[in-house]
Amino acid sequence: MSKRKLKDDHLPVGDSITQVQKILRERFCHQKLPEKPEGVEAQHKHLLELLKRTAIHGESNSVLIVGPRGAGKTMLLNCVLRDLLEDKDVQKNLLQVHLNGLLQTDDRIALKEITRQLHLENAVGDKVFGSFAENLAFLLEALKKGDRSSSRPVLFVLDEFDLFAHHKNQTLLYNLFDVSQSAQAPVAVVGLTCRLDVLELLEKRVKSRFSHRQIHLLSSLTFSQYLERVRAQLSLPGSFPDSKFAQDWNGGIETLCEDKSVEEVLQRHFNSSTDFRSIQMLLMLCLSRVSVAKPTIKPADLLEASRLCLSDAKANMLHGLSILELCLIIAMKHLNDVYEGEPFNLQMVHNEFKKFLHRKSNSMYNFDQPVIMKAFEHLQQLELIRPVDGSSAKTQREYQLMRLMLDHSQIMEALQKYPQCPTDVKQWAMSAFG
Amino acid sequence: MTTVLQHPAYEEERLQRVAEQLPCRELQAGMLLSLMGEPQHYSYPSIFIYGHRASGKSHVMHVLLKELELPHATVSCVECISVTLLFEQVLLSFFGCDAASLLPRSPSLSDFVRVYRQQCSHSPAKETRYIVMEKAELLRDTDANLLPALLRLQELVEDNVTVILLSEIVWDKFRPNTGCFEPLVLNFPDYSKGELQQILSQDRHPSYSAEFYSSYINILLGVFYSVCRDLRELRHLAALNFSKFCEPLAEGKVKETDTHKLWRNIEPHLKRAMQTVYLREVSSLQWEQMQQMEEKETGALRGLSAHTHVELPYYSKFLLIAAYLASYNPARTDKRFFLKHHGKIRKTKFLKKNEKTSNHLLGPKPFALDRLLAIFYSVVDSRIAPTASIFSQISSLVTLQLLTQVSHDDQLDAPKYKCAVSMDFICAISRTVNFDIVKYLYDFL
Repeated sequence: MSKRKLKDDHLPVGDSITQVQKILRERFCHQKLPEKPEGVEAQHKHLLELLKRTAIHGESNSVLIVGPRGAGKTMLLNCVLRDLLEDKDVQKNLLQVHLNGLLQTDDRIALKEITRQLHLENAVGDKVFGSFAENLAFLLEALKKGDRSSSRPVLFVLDEFDLFAHHKNQTLLYNLFDVSQSAQAPVAVVGLTCRLDVLELLEKRVKSRFSHRQIHLLSSLTFSQYLERVRAQLSLPGSFPDSKFAQDWNGGIETLCEDKSVEEVLQRHFNSSTDFRSIQMLLMLCLSRVSVAKPTIKPADLLEASRLCLSDAKANMLHGLSILELCLIIAMKHLNDVYEGEPFNLQMVHNEFKKFLHRKSNSMYNFDQPVIMKAFEHLQQLELIRPVDGSSAKTQREYQLMRLMLDHSQIMEALQKYPQCPTDVKQWAMSAFG
Repeated sequence: MTTVLQHPAYEEERLQRVAEQLPCRELQAGMLLSLMGEPQHYSYPSIFIYGHRASGKSHVMHVLLKELELPHATVSCVECISVTLLFEQVLLSFFGCDAASLLPRSPSLSDFVRVYRQQCSHSPAKETRYIVMEKAELLRDTDANLLPALLRLQELVEDNVTVILLSEIVWDKFRPNTGCFEPLVLNFPDYSKGELQQILSQDRHPSYSAEFYSSYINILLGVFYSVCRDLRELRHLAALNFSKFCEPLAEGKVKETDTHKLWRNIEPHLKRAMQTVYLREVSSLQWEQMQQMEEKETGALRGLSAHTHVELPYYSKFLLIAAYLASYNPARTDKRFFLKHHGKIRKTKFLKKNEKTSNHLLGPKPFALDRLLAIFYSVVDSRIAPTASIFSQISSLVTLQLLTQVSHDDQLDAPKYKCAVSMDFICAISRTVNFDIVKYLYDFL
């Protein structure tokens, strides 16, 4: 122990870096819960009160947490649950059922999952027996038998709530809300969803049983708060074993955030989105560049990470096309310009390409129709062009109507970046009418 | 090649071995390695890698995971025609075959996550587990909830697991309409010409010098680079044509250094290869046989597309010609082409056609059966009774997919057809019956 204590104060750089990676990766990748949820104190208080009333006083409740993706819905709920379970009574008393709309795709599966998680009698080990009707009757009976004072409260968490609304007849939602409305066992139904119009999805009878309590997590972040959040996400906690290293690291982060170029980059990200996830992705890319040889995050790392995040994928794909495929795309662009976005087929594209070759006497791109067809099909596989209608089997391949899935500016930009692009091809692309 | 991969968690020697197997992909491998981090740390829940075909996506992942001995499951989405196979394969490679047998007969995603969690509690991950999904674009066609669930699998199973998706198609085309957990998107750029040259030059023939082989690759790229950048395709072509390239050397006509003469010898040969073996008109076996027998001119062998010539009955040929004329000529010109006394032609108006309405650009138009028969009687010189045999020949042309029936609403009464053969095909057919079809085509007037 004593030896450990001695070492604790001053770790070698390699170990410190490992520690930093461990802590920050847990934060960015594993969504480790923060000490205190930031920016959502009011919602946190509201939800905590609500769940406490269910857990302690046996009141039945239902609530929806609504917010865009990456707004911290699960984080809020988990923080509330953590705080709630600190109470010994609650911990002993409260039963939790976690369902996810992605996993429990219909009511039968959901019901089995509920039975399993509640350890009811018809569940042996991990297996659940009985038909859907039996399970439902059994579950409802079990819930009905209970009353407010004696039975243990149950917390239902429905992640991806909107997907539950697509189940047949919304049986599960109806029954859950019905139990929460009538004087049966105390239940709390918490739904998490990213759809703002989620109430429109519910049937009338289900909607009328829902308490219409909604918690909105809409971010109203200013840029200075955003900057503060970035700093908080990157900083090391006080419990870091090597306090000297932590101090240096936090100082480095401080200077990083004050850097002008960094601020510019962050401003750009702030303008495109303000959710937690996009920050974490950016910071994860920065963090991956930290190593023993380079134990700090430099502004250049952030610039590089931002470049990776914001790069246009289609332009990257265009960069790798062969010159023939690029020529076909330019021909398509001209067809789009001339015929104002009408769909085209391979014959038209080839005709347009031939017109270009015709004007240029000494051409090296005299390819046969089958070679051009192969290039055209490659473009279709990359989904840069897409057939207009699905009935592809009926028409010949060269007469199938297609649409270009690229923007004018994307093509021009790709052309500028294309390695060793022939001048005449470039000029052809520039000319207004092919 | 001074930049060897570096990572403190792995031995130098191993990384060296990895770097040797990944020519021209050091940057990407290094990036992936740093994202994956040390084995016991958490990694990002999902990584999406896109890039062109044969840009080394699967290869880099495979080599990294194999050489560094990380627990992983590689799943090809082409093979997994049902999700059951996918789940079984993942469980099998992580927990052994006992786990896979725990799945019920037609498992849902919920069952998979349940079994995974159960197994995981017995043997928790000491190191990050990786699930590599190849050809991930096929995931879009499966259940709508599979892709979003895979992207957040780490959260669902509460295990240190990372899902890596490999695809040729950009991420924008994957996003479900209610959104999902955004993966970390990485790009594998295409190989440049120099890199292709470097990689292709590695598999040289031992009996020839390296310079000789690389000059061959240079010539090969000179011909094919403007059409094809697929490494696998180029490698295949390089292997097929090398023996031809060495031929003058074996005969003692030229020296190894005489590049110009070698180029003169091989270039037309490669050009022919583009028209035949690149399009798989001629199989590579046939191509090799052709190179053996020199006296026979290469390409003289008929390829696949030359076999499209079909023997048809006499009237079927005329029916097909009539169908082609009906499909590619506007109906208003029928009078002029097929009637003997069609009256005065207003030449100026008739000849004025703009390119946009040319049917050889737009494709065949549907026509009614009446029109087909009218043209048929006009182009056939003798008198034919409209017997059952004529009508059955029409329907057998439909079965042969030389004609297609357009609307299925009424089978017997006034069916509509389209002609589905190419210009070359119909020209060949009309030559056999001595009919000059080009004279009757409006587009070539």
